[in-house]
Amino acid sequence: MKKKEVEKNFYNEISSKLLENLMKFGEIELEDVVIEAERLAIRFPQILPSGARRVIPALIPKKITEIEFTYPKMEWVGKIREVKIGATKSDGGTRGKSIIIGGETTPPFYTFSQPVSHPPVIAFDIFDMKVSLPKAVRTHFEDVMEDPAEWAKRCVNKYNAEAINLHLVSTDPLIKDSPPSEAAKTVEKVLQAVDVPITVGGSGDALKDMEVFKKVAEVAAGERIMINSLVKDMDLSKIAPIIKNYGHVVVAFTPMDLDLARELNRKLFEYLDKDRIVMDTNTGALGYGLEYGFTVMERARLAALKGDEELQQPLLSGSTNAWGARESWLKMDPEWEPRELRGPLWEFTTGLAMMLAGADYIMMMHPASIQTLKDIINYLTSGQITHDLDISNWVSAKIK
Amino acid sequence: MPAKTISPIEVYKFLPKTNCKECGEPNCMAFAVKLVNREIELVKCTPLLKDEYKDAYKQLWEMLKPPVKEVEIGVGDKRVKIGGKYVIHRHELTYFNPTAIAIDISDDMSEEEILKRIKKTQEFSFTYIGTTLKLNMLALRSVSNDKSKFKEMVTYVANNTDLPLILCSFNPTIIEAGLRVIGDKKPLIYAATLDNWREFLELASIYKCPLAVFVPNDLKMLGSLTKTLMDNGLSDLVLDPGTIPKGGLSSTLNSFTALRWKAISEGDVVFGFPIMGTPITAWTCMDGDVNLKAWWEACIANMLIIRYADLLIMHSLDGWSLLPVTILRQNIYNDPRKPVSVEPGLRVFGNPNEYSPVFMTTNFALTFYTVKSDIEVGKVDCYLLVVNSEGIAVECAVAGRKITPESIAEELLKSEVDKMVKHRILVIPGKAARLAGAIEDATKLRWKVVVGPMDSSEIPKFVINEWKRIIQSV
Repeated sequence: MKKKEVEKNFYNEISSKLLENLMKFGEIELEDVVIEAERLAIRFPQILPSGARRVIPALIPKKITEIEFTYPKMEWVGKIREVKIGATKSDGGTRGKSIIIGGETTPPFYTFSQPVSHPPVIAFDIFDMKVSLPKAVRTHFEDVMEDPAEWAKRCVNKYNAEAINLHLVSTDPLIKDSPPSEAAKTVEKVLQAVDVPITVGGSGDALKDMEVFKKVAEVAAGERIMINSLVKDMDLSKIAPIIKNYGHVVVAFTPMDLDLARELNRKLFEYLDKDRIVMDTNTGALGYGLEYGFTVMERARLAALKGDEELQQPLLSGSTNAWGARESWLKMDPEWEPRELRGPLWEFTTGLAMMLAGADYIMMMHPASIQTLKDIINYLTSGQITHDLDISNWVSAKIK
Repeated sequence: MPAKTISPIEVYKFLPKTNCKECGEPNCMAFAVKLVNREIELVKCTPLLKDEYKDAYKQLWEMLKPPVKEVEIGVGDKRVKIGGKYVIHRHELTYFNPTAIAIDISDDMSEEEILKRIKKTQEFSFTYIGTTLKLNMLALRSVSNDKSKFKEMVTYVANNTDLPLILCSFNPTIIEAGLRVIGDKKPLIYAATLDNWREFLELASIYKCPLAVFVPNDLKMLGSLTKTLMDNGLSDLVLDPGTIPKGGLSSTLNSFTALRWKAISEGDVVFGFPIMGTPITAWTCMDGDVNLKAWWEACIANMLIIRYADLLIMHSLDGWSLLPVTILRQNIYNDPRKPVSVEPGLRVFGNPNEYSPVFMTTNFALTFYTVKSDIEVGKVDCYLLVVNSEGIAVECAVAGRKITPESIAEELLKSEVDKMVKHRILVIPGKAARLAGAIEDATKLRWKVVVGPMDSSEIPKFVINEWKRIIQSV
């Protein structure tokens, strides 16, 4: 990397290069596991003490006292319900593949106890209008931000998105107040553009969202989309049956409060099958309340595993909220730059924390942070790849 | 579940029950409550230290000691305490002793480079909600495997810093060379392995220094070696089950998780020691350019901070990678029993007059201090209405109805700011834009609401470019 280059290009290049590297590593791993493993297994000879060995006092035993080791015993009685998102042809939809989340019987990634039932899904956020996004993200989508269908395609074709979250922000009465019919058209376009499962989000205005969701549910009939989200301020008796009729899944959103989460689930159970409800207990950005979102989610998951049937729904995290932290996008003093790397790491860290708290479906935005989290999921669930990577001599390794 | 919960009554039984107030609490029962919450130290009860209470003191100490031992590294003000954990999940009590971060220095570096790394480590500082985020230690690695070179480096580093040190080599003669220089400064010795443990046991005993135990990816042998060292008199140990990047992350995460469960939920004393990780292995055994290595190092560090690491050794000194790591550490170690909020109400900045703006924000401490600092840096004369959001940031508070038009209107009327300004304009955060109309309604249209900037760093600009126009048009 030439430092003489204009700063802007320099940082853009860092960001894209990182991404390129991440993508490359991901691919190599999938294509040829064995070669990668061998290539990376750098073994250093064990360094022996130079000169004469010390004379060790006779008091010190010659042999290690061997003990038995058993992994901690887990006694979880609850199981997280499985929720399927996206319907394929055989299920009456047009998706190329469905995804299933949930099914866990232990806390996240306790693979010594149980293998992961369904790896968490990382889904790309897109918007139905050009919104203001941090530069680090914008760089990758600048030319498609006017067209949600193209935006969705970019995520799927270039960045291998497993799922898309379309946010209908233009329907917000305070933004464009675009009508439900227009929102429904956008949903149709995106469904036609890509064949991955999609989640459709509203504006957060409860009344307007109900109108939008009704129309969206209708045009997406049979696709088993995930409606994001139903809240306690809505008249659930009006909206939930419609979503059920058209065969979709819902997100139940509550603001970091387990009592409210239980209450909302209880209400939704009246209208919807339990395998059609996902919970969003709310996510705070790294540095801006991450710990609250983390702990509420962790408590929800532990309670569910201990048998609380009202909390046994899969969990969703809007880790994109990370970009709400100013340190993720703000130009700071030089020692904290480049923000093109700081920003994605901010989002990754938020997503990672929520995943380790129990999130099954994670919404994110930057291709590099998403790729890294997917790599990590792959490493944590496969357990086989490059297992023989030898770290034993990190102490004396030269770092260049 | 896992947290060893003791009732205050059980503790109270062993206290003097004199209600002497010497501990600063109104009575012995109040002291007992604080003890079980680990909010006060046992030694604050001075009568307990007397000979007649010797047995009670010992009993209490046993009852209250953490299942993960607290180990001290270094001497003086900068010494670091690691471990001392009581619970597996932070909400069960709180996590004590935030993960210490050590930056490596190796003996193949020039003095100039070493000095640069010492300075960068010491000067790393970021102010965050009234606290300062810092790096804590230096890890000195013998790359050359030459004891005089190692000694030279240790001497040079010790002369230039008072940060606690970790001496890293598997070769006992190298470690001994280092200990001869700084053995009295209580460095952490890294590390006893299945090959060298007899020599390392001797060194740790002679110099009375804490010792790391390194057996990668084999918890049975890690436990066996630890047990052997314990049986031979060592009590300040730190466990390193290996930090293996890429596919090895699976066994790494399993090891860290299992070790903490063994210690806390099973009370297994062999595993009741702090755990350390070495994200630096992203540099020693991964391919790619420096940014990619620093990236993965930070990713691994973050994973281990969440999953129980008490100490991490890292290489990168890049601010972009260390900032998210240190902020995450602060978040995870933040005491969940204390809401991070400030008092709601009206604040005055500078010398506002009757035409100065009235801004609004929530009482989440971080939000408040950020807005405060932006207003102060921009030298803005204004009023700031702090609305109770139960300590949640603006965006989440709006989405989660932690602030409502009604609660804002109520706080506004209560503040009596209408006696201080002639206008009736409230500037709300851009992230609360959605509430604008409803707030006006809630004030019975006595106040007009203007949507301010999305980020408070724009407040000074907003005042210059827009407030003037707004106030003139009234």
